Amino acid sequence: MSDLTIAGRAALIALVVALLALPWIASGYILSVSIICLYLAYMGQAWNLMLGFAGLLSIGHALFVGLGAYASGFLFTKWGVPPVIGVAAAVAIAMLMGAIIGYLGFRFAISGVYFALLTIAFSEFVRILLDHAKFLGGTEGLFLPVTQASRRGVDLLNLRGWTEMYYYVILVLAAGAFLLCRALLHGRIGYYWRAIRDNPEAAAAVGVDIFRFRMFAVLLSSGMAGVAGVFYAFYYNNLFPEQVLGIERSIEITLAPIVGGVGTLFGPIFGAFVLTPLGELLTDFISHLKGWGIIGKDVKVDGVKLMFWGFTVALIVLLKPTGLWPWVCQRLHLVKPPGQRGS
Amino acid sequence: MDTVTVINALVSGLLTGLVYGLSALGLSVIFGVIRIVNFAHGELMVVGMFLALMLFRWFGLDPLWSVPICAALLFCVGYALQHFVVRRVSYLPDHMQFLLLAGIAIMIVSGCLVIFGPDAQGVQLDYALDSFAIGNLIVDKVRVYAAIAAIVVASLLLLFFKYSATGRAIRACADNYLGARVVGLNVDRLYALTFGIGAACIGAAGCIILLLVQVHPYLAPAYTLLAFVVVIVGGMGSLFGALLGGIMIGVSEELASVVLQPSLKTAFSFGLLIVVLLLRPQGLLGRVVR
Repeated sequence: MSDLTIAGRAALIALVVALLALPWIASGYILSVSIICLYLAYMGQAWNLMLGFAGLLSIGHALFVGLGAYASGFLFTKWGVPPVIGVAAAVAIAMLMGAIIGYLGFRFAISGVYFALLTIAFSEFVRILLDHAKFLGGTEGLFLPVTQASRRGVDLLNLRGWTEMYYYVILVLAAGAFLLCRALLHGRIGYYWRAIRDNPEAAAAVGVDIFRFRMFAVLLSSGMAGVAGVFYAFYYNNLFPEQVLGIERSIEITLAPIVGGVGTLFGPIFGAFVLTPLGELLTDFISHLKGWGIIGKDVKVDGVKLMFWGFTVALIVLLKPTGLWPWVCQRLHLVKPPGQRGS
Repeated sequence: MDTVTVINALVSGLLTGLVYGLSALGLSVIFGVIRIVNFAHGELMVVGMFLALMLFRWFGLDPLWSVPICAALLFCVGYALQHFVVRRVSYLPDHMQFLLLAGIAIMIVSGCLVIFGPDAQGVQLDYALDSFAIGNLIVDKVRVYAAIAAIVVASLLLLFFKYSATGRAIRACADNYLGARVVGLNVDRLYALTFGIGAACIGAAGCIILLLVQVHPYLAPAYTLLAFVVVIVGGMGSLFGALLGGIMIGVSEELASVVLQPSLKTAFSFGLLIVVLLLRPQGLLGRVVR
């Protein structure tokens, strides 16, 4: 807070008020788009923790989400275990996977792009195994039971109820992830992470336990992704290995932080709230174009949207590799220049 | 599972593996010289496949004859990609370059999706179902032709790097960037040429593999990862290693599909990728770069 200018504080307060009040003013459509925004903001925060803070590129984060989703979904459909308890299993299994990848990767000193390949390899490996796991539905999918009654009211224990409830759940998660990352980044561990990110040899030379802090980053990030998996399972109610763990999902998770700014705290949130509505507008625009007969009816909307994502990533890396958020901050004078900061 | 089945699987794996190896050569050349991990590899290959498919549809051209055309077109694509895009991010850390190419990869896949749709399409050749029989051993004709084409293209590439002046200059850039600059080589142009040559190689492999499989846009990520497996097994930047890696992966995939379900064979190669990354990240023939 102390680093913010008056404009910055006003913007922050306006944002918080707007986010809290949204379900009362917005239509169901805007609310569901906002849920996706917040979900991607939350996941972006988790992913950014690894690349932005600790310098570890993962292109397999959908794996942790998928494991969390399948763990809680399976427990719920098979034994009726509520997600409140299922989340523990989801986090445990996601962290276990993170621990395996991290341990192998760091013990065998796999760094940079090779580490990214390791995450992809694990994620695809598990996806194909899930395709063949009959007890989890395989390619036919795992469906969580939904009734008309369960779409009403508020049942937080079972994560069943109005769309508004899902909105607040993911809002709390996203805000919590932001505050957690903020606390970590400004604390001792944040400095360790950034030292390791910028120069691992130097960090090791001054006595930072690289292995331990990298592991910590992976565990935390995968655990957070596991929680997101529970939300995913109970919001969408159907799980297909291709859709939950596909490499497109992993790339989608990376978009918001890249656009907002890798390594910034607010970047993932900003990126998610810029990209998702843009994608929706684009989808809308294409269906209008189809209606007017300008482009063919059989053009795949998904394809055009994906093309736009790819273009955005390429453009950001080419023109603003530090992301949009630092630039916006500076332009709108939301943050005090480094010289004028207090404590 | 008798010996004949196993030997048949071995031979067809060997032949398919040569095509994998050719495609991986493209990746290896680009990495070995420019030190860029081309994440849009499989995507370029799928572009090559679609090009060959269109040439077949419009002119009835056998994919084997469209190899030079595809290679030339993809050479231009690769040259332009390096010259206009990738060159500009050489100051960024590796992972940002990786993400840039991932973005380009998504654009290519979704572009193919918009233009060609998600369905699998293939070429119908009159010799598609023919095979050579040597005793009990039965080998598909298309596989043999594909393997021969792959060997021809790969040999041309190896000869080019070994004996031509440009090839030597490119090797000089790979061995010592600063030294190459000092003796007055135009490194930027050579890098663009290298990316072009790599892409041409990938395009040729795409044409050839169209004989064996049907093309659809989602093949692209799978081929990217497959090429990574091949190259990492053989050693990043080692040309001969890429071919060897291709053969190993081709054979082990075929054998895996004899032993396991066919749909599990990709899981097998990802498993192999994990093992190789852990035990020998510099590959079987690669050198440790420090």
